Amino acid sequence: MSDWTFERPPDLPLPQPSEESAPFWDALKERRLVLQKCAVCGAISHPPRAKCGSCGAMEFVWLASEGRGEVHSYVITHQAVHPALRGYTPFATVEVALDEGVHITSNLIDTPPEQVAIGQRVEVEFTDVGEGVVLPTFRRQQGE
Amino acid sequence: MQSIPVYALAALPPSQRTRTPMSFSNAVTIAGIGETDYSRDSGRTELALSLQAIGAALDDAGIAAAEVDGLMKWFVDTSSEAEVAVNLGIPDLAWFGEINQAGNVGAPLVAHAAAAIHAGLANTIVIYRGVNGRSGRRYGRGDVTGQGGRGAGAFTEPFGLLTPQHGLAMSTRRRMFETGVTSRQFGQQAVIQRKHANRNPRATFHDRPLTLEDHQESRLIVDPFHLFDCCLESDGGGALVLTRPELARERRPGRPLALIRAAAQSGPGQSSPVHRTAARLFAMAGLERSDIDVVQIYDHFGPFVLFALEDYGFVEDAGDFVEDSGTMWDSGKLPVNTSGGHLSEVYLQGMNHLIEGVRQARGESTSQVPNARLSFVDTGIGTGAVILERSDA
Repeated sequence: MSDWTFERPPDLPLPQPSEESAPFWDALKERRLVLQKCAVCGAISHPPRAKCGSCGAMEFVWLASEGRGEVHSYVITHQAVHPALRGYTPFATVEVALDEGVHITSNLIDTPPEQVAIGQRVEVEFTDVGEGVVLPTFRRQQGE
Repeated sequence: MQSIPVYALAALPPSQRTRTPMSFSNAVTIAGIGETDYSRDSGRTELALSLQAIGAALDDAGIAAAEVDGLMKWFVDTSSEAEVAVNLGIPDLAWFGEINQAGNVGAPLVAHAAAAIHAGLANTIVIYRGVNGRSGRRYGRGDVTGQGGRGAGAFTEPFGLLTPQHGLAMSTRRRMFETGVTSRQFGQQAVIQRKHANRNPRATFHDRPLTLEDHQESRLIVDPFHLFDCCLESDGGGALVLTRPELARERRPGRPLALIRAAAQSGPGQSSPVHRTAARLFAMAGLERSDIDVVQIYDHFGPFVLFALEDYGFVEDAGDFVEDSGTMWDSGKLPVNTSGGHLSEVYLQGMNHLIEGVRQARGESTSQVPNARLSFVDTGIGTGAVILERSDA
């Protein structure tokens, strides 16, 4: 397994930040995973939103995530249903439940698709995809 | 005094009601249904498909195009109401509109049209669609739903979730993990729907049987979805004519009517979970789940038929239910997707489910459930549903 590394299909779309999500993507450029936290009630949201879903406030702070969680679910693309995945199947995409309580879609960079499993502990490992874009990807949590 | 929504009022026993529940319950009927041939390459424009389906639906209802004063369409369709109105020769288009979601708008459109007719804003509304969903823009490739990394897509598409099957496979996997429902059970429903399609001459897979082994051995598209968990991609059109029962009866005397007993829509995503939609719908109808005779469920992916059966409250364990053939048209306790559905009839995104729901209420299905009176149609896994009621002339 140690010699398997994730290869990102180059034609996958890059994230186009919105006004609400720009701080999330900007922090990633500095290799920090941050989560939107309501400045009033402390509720954490992901993806970032315009208004707190718990208390309705519209002011937020950005919480540094520990970057750890577990695989909540995953899919494996076997047929290149989209042109961007041609030549890159089987391709695994995971939904990670972060310890802060929110879910994030990502890829595992050290786990071949056939070994991905629900419940696997993972931690963030940033992937620089060029053009000034860094994505939050994950690997098996060390020591687990 | 706090204002009580009509659907909540309807749920109260009569002695506790401060006013009579008002709704469009049974005040509007789907008086006409129409469809084109279904294919992989129609050779016609989407406008031509829409007009052909509308013509068939108006003929079915016995209503002239000039009598139509409302048009509604699927948001993603390319044939605008204005274009259709001009082509039909509609002299006074009093009501038109769309609902901004992808495919799952069928029942919500019925709800809006029925409310408009009930309120007197229009008399006769046609809901239509015509799509080259196989030879043109294909849903299965993300042609319609792709966001180019924008909006919510910024958080999913860069990681390879690019098509409808991707996000839905993710939630399916988790549900399999949590409830123990299996791919074989998904296959059981696919096989049952294929049997229904084999009885339906309009169905794309009319001539092709399917076994559970075929399903299990079919290639994985996006694991856990096998090929036969995925809907067809189709070229075709369909249309519904909504009007008042009086006009419908006058034009087609002696034919049973499909009255709209209740219709409900709900918000996209998690903003209105299916159990709330179901509660509103059944309260408006004044019915229990057990009153329903036949069910159509939006099956972009077959596993969601099982999930919807549980989430709407029809059965507790849908995996067991389909293994016992509970959804078969003739022997099942609750027949489901009696035309073959999206998996085996055609992928018209709920339009074909609405058409089949009307057929069941009128007694005209090729897999007719005997004595069916209450016909339930979901058009988007909880994002909207209608209950149709047979009314004999």
